[in-house]
Amino acid sequence: MSMLHFEHKYRVRGGTLVGGDLFDFWAGPFYVGFFGVTTIFFTLIGTALIIYGAAIGPTWNVWRISIAPPDLRYGLGFAPMRAGGLWQWITFCAIGAFVSWDLRMVEIARKLGMGLHAPFAFACAILAYVTLEVIRPLLMGAWGNAFPYGIISHLDWVSNVGYQYLQFHYNPAHMIAVTFFFTTTLILAMHGGVILSSLNPPPGEPVKPGAYEDSFFRDLIVYSIGPLGIHRLGWFCAINAGVWSAICIVLSGPFWTRGWPEWWSWWLNLPFWN
Amino acid sequence: MSLLLAPFQPVAAALGGLRSGLRHHGGRFRVGLAATVAAAAVIGLVFTLERPAPRNVQLGYRGTGMGAIYNARLVAQQLGLQQVDAPLPPSIPAGKTAAQAYKNIQVLQNLDANEFLRLMGAMTQWIAPQAGCAFCHSLKNMADDSIYTKTVARRMLQMVMAINTQWQSHVDGVGVTCQTCHRGRAIPAGSWFIQPPPHGERNATEADSGQDLPAAVAGGSAFPYDPLTPFLLSAMPIRVTGTTALPNGDRSSVNQTDWTYSLMIHFADSLGVNCTFCHNTRAFEEWDQGTPNRVSAWHAIPMVRDLNRNYMAPLAQVFPVELRGKLDDAPKVSCVTCHNGAYKPFYGASGLPYYPELAHAVTMTPPAGSRP
Repeated sequence: MSMLHFEHKYRVRGGTLVGGDLFDFWAGPFYVGFFGVTTIFFTLIGTALIIYGAAIGPTWNVWRISIAPPDLRYGLGFAPMRAGGLWQWITFCAIGAFVSWDLRMVEIARKLGMGLHAPFAFACAILAYVTLEVIRPLLMGAWGNAFPYGIISHLDWVSNVGYQYLQFHYNPAHMIAVTFFFTTTLILAMHGGVILSSLNPPPGEPVKPGAYEDSFFRDLIVYSIGPLGIHRLGWFCAINAGVWSAICIVLSGPFWTRGWPEWWSWWLNLPFWN
Repeated sequence: MSLLLAPFQPVAAALGGLRSGLRHHGGRFRVGLAATVAAAAVIGLVFTLERPAPRNVQLGYRGTGMGAIYNARLVAQQLGLQQVDAPLPPSIPAGKTAAQAYKNIQVLQNLDANEFLRLMGAMTQWIAPQAGCAFCHSLKNMADDSIYTKTVARRMLQMVMAINTQWQSHVDGVGVTCQTCHRGRAIPAGSWFIQPPPHGERNATEADSGQDLPAAVAGGSAFPYDPLTPFLLSAMPIRVTGTTALPNGDRSSVNQTDWTYSLMIHFADSLGVNCTFCHNTRAFEEWDQGTPNRVSAWHAIPMVRDLNRNYMAPLAQVFPVELRGKLDDAPKVSCVTCHNGAYKPFYGASGLPYYPELAHAVTMTPPAGSRP
């Protein structure tokens, strides 16, 4: 791997968040850093706990392995390892690994003198996970309200928790989140398409400059958001998809216990048509 | 050409204005927009959502998401509406039956005459506490059948006895009294009528699916407006889910599924529970993955059909016109009629032990020698 021209200048110590220059070095192309070490630490322990949970569980079928949270009766306390304690420590390790990875992004960005847009975006994904596994269980008073770690089992949990509110598509925050998810993929496809079609022409054709991209979208939808704007928009939509997902699940239970269709009674009861 | 473009000029002007406005006053615009959105969101949240803390009752293996979610404040309000009336003092045996003591006794002939009076008093308290005996009886001649409510009440007595004796599969261990449905009201909450199709005639391109109204009986959702007529009066098939991984002969449509979904929301809202009270939604159709509650609920379906067909519907002509539905039908029973938002009426408390005569069918046939 070739070095970029500024890497000799960039690959110097400093810019770390904690620990001074502890682990402030590179392993080949990878920056290690304090948070690289903590990422590896939490990842290894968490994965080992999952494998241990699978080993004492009923199956090695990867689709059906499941590490379930404790029974509700344990509340917010510690549960025995085989009755949800494993889930608690795996959650602890997962958050440790995710947050470490995000802070490693921050340190690399600081060394490069860049903004923190990428670690901020990942932080929003972590927020969605923490909302599901920590914030909502805290608000509902028991770790047992969190989802289990298993490929099929977490989908079954999603299904049942959706049906706990009768029809989850009526959840207004879920509507917004879904809209942001689809919009994100739409604008990513449109952006990728217009870049590939102008900057990656067939052999013999000239590369088209940005004016072509602007003209294309002005003719198509009156307006071109521009080369910086499209990334700002994509970043905004993608982050909102995750954040509104977190909002839609934290509302369900802590702030709404009935069917989501019923929430819309405020609309049905507006004086205009009631 | 300019004529063709004319309609677009205002749009172009507006877009141009928006762009220059954003360019020159972008900060102010964004702050204003953000403040408006934030204020609307806060107002929306405060007035439409619930305050924590919720209570989750685990209904399955941990981590499966099987649970009944309650808000303690809402349950506290509910509890006030779910109190079994204090029983009237026990009667002193009169030594003769109601049929011996009174005229025109058709249902409770063998009941002790004093217990009969006690039950009449309880019925007044349950059904017409303000109107009193005169709600059903001509006070000049209590045996007279001229007031329609007396005819209805007699049939309802038989219905209560039938529920307590023939539908143990649903009411086992709890049973019902008149109060279960009436709760001090002459017409129980949740009485319903057959609804004529609300959209009227539809055109060639659209059939009336009964959707998008909204449906009050199904939590105000856009699901079909009247799932009660096809499923709790008629016996249309409710179970439309395929039982195989791939489509294998199940011709049920999405619209049929929505009718079932509508009925299921009615079930859930009537009982103050959610889908996981009965089903593990990973496989709705599997009895062994759901909860035992589904068995009770399943027995309720033929029970409510029986009550509607054999007790309520035949009374259509007895009720005065103003108490009938648009199609001249009698008011009918749904899940909410008894449950009133509780998974068991009165959360499992029962007034039946205080009036055991309501759990006996023995008086249905008059014994020899008694008056008709």
